[in-house]
Amino acid sequence: MEIPYTVQNRPDTGIYNAKLGIWLFLASEVMLFGGLFSAYVLLRVGADQGMWPHGWLNVTLGTVNTLLLALSAITTLLAWAACKVRDFGKFKLFHGCTILLALTFLGIKSYEYHDKLAHYEIALTNGKFADGHFVEQSKDFDLLKKTGTFTLHGHIVEDRRELMDLRSPEAQAAKHEEITIAAADIKKMGNYGPRHNTFTAIYFTLTGLHALHILGGTLVIFYFWGPGSRMWKTDPERFTNRIEVSGLFWHFVDLVWIFLFPVLYLT
Amino acid sequence: MSLKAFHLIFVTLLTALSFGCAAWAFQSGSLLWGAAAVLTGIFVMVYGVYFLRKLKHVSYL
Repeated sequence: MEIPYTVQNRPDTGIYNAKLGIWLFLASEVMLFGGLFSAYVLLRVGADQGMWPHGWLNVTLGTVNTLLLALSAITTLLAWAACKVRDFGKFKLFHGCTILLALTFLGIKSYEYHDKLAHYEIALTNGKFADGHFVEQSKDFDLLKKTGTFTLHGHIVEDRRELMDLRSPEAQAAKHEEITIAAADIKKMGNYGPRHNTFTAIYFTLTGLHALHILGGTLVIFYFWGPGSRMWKTDPERFTNRIEVSGLFWHFVDLVWIFLFPVLYLT
Repeated sequence: MSLKAFHLIFVTLLTALSFGCAAWAFQSGSLLWGAAAVLTGIFVMVYGVYFLRKLKHVSYL
């Protein structure tokens, strides 16, 4: 049985079926990310004065990732254009580049996540707060039994609000050093994971969902670059349409990042 | 909407982002970042014209 309208445009819609399908899917994706962006806005405007973080994310890494995704959008388009002019070699080259760029993006994102998960905020029994990256902990460290020590590279502040704006002159001038804290002096501690506060919760949700989309898109692109490219020999026009559809999804994912980057990294 | 049309939207938004980043960087006092963002914005615009010329025979639908 032959699947209709995989190459020819359907008379009533004016486009081939897969393109209509991907646009319907992307419409549902807009609603998904739109809902999460709305959640971000509401959380932010509802935050107490001075309690919304600024400068917590590495702008340089975010910029590099933005450039990587922008380049991958270009290579996706070039791969599709190569299919249009029947240049399979160039298609392979450009789609291979897209895969490498996407994997680099995911690698940098993983590094950023690791950095956040190794970053601790510790409420001390004297009312102060220690903040910094994990260095080591003694073998007998146990928060419940109050034994052992925990070492981090960071600084101690009087008020938790001082940790919120890392772009402030005071935060920039803060001296970071290795601090060893006895478990007995720790009231409460936790890393900058999703449950740290509403910012990290929405940050991990938005970027995690986006990263899953990148991963899914990469798998599809890899399939078309590898085993799926056999269709080129039997039905090049249908294969070209498949590349366009995957390119539309990829562009949508890149477009989401264009909104995520300024919202999360620059504000 | 074809990939060509979607790419045009993407390039437009990327240009806006580049100049927005430039404004952010200048406001933050980082002249180097600002200049780099302006150059990126100009490069993206030039690329946009190049890609439109290259794919002028491809439909927007």
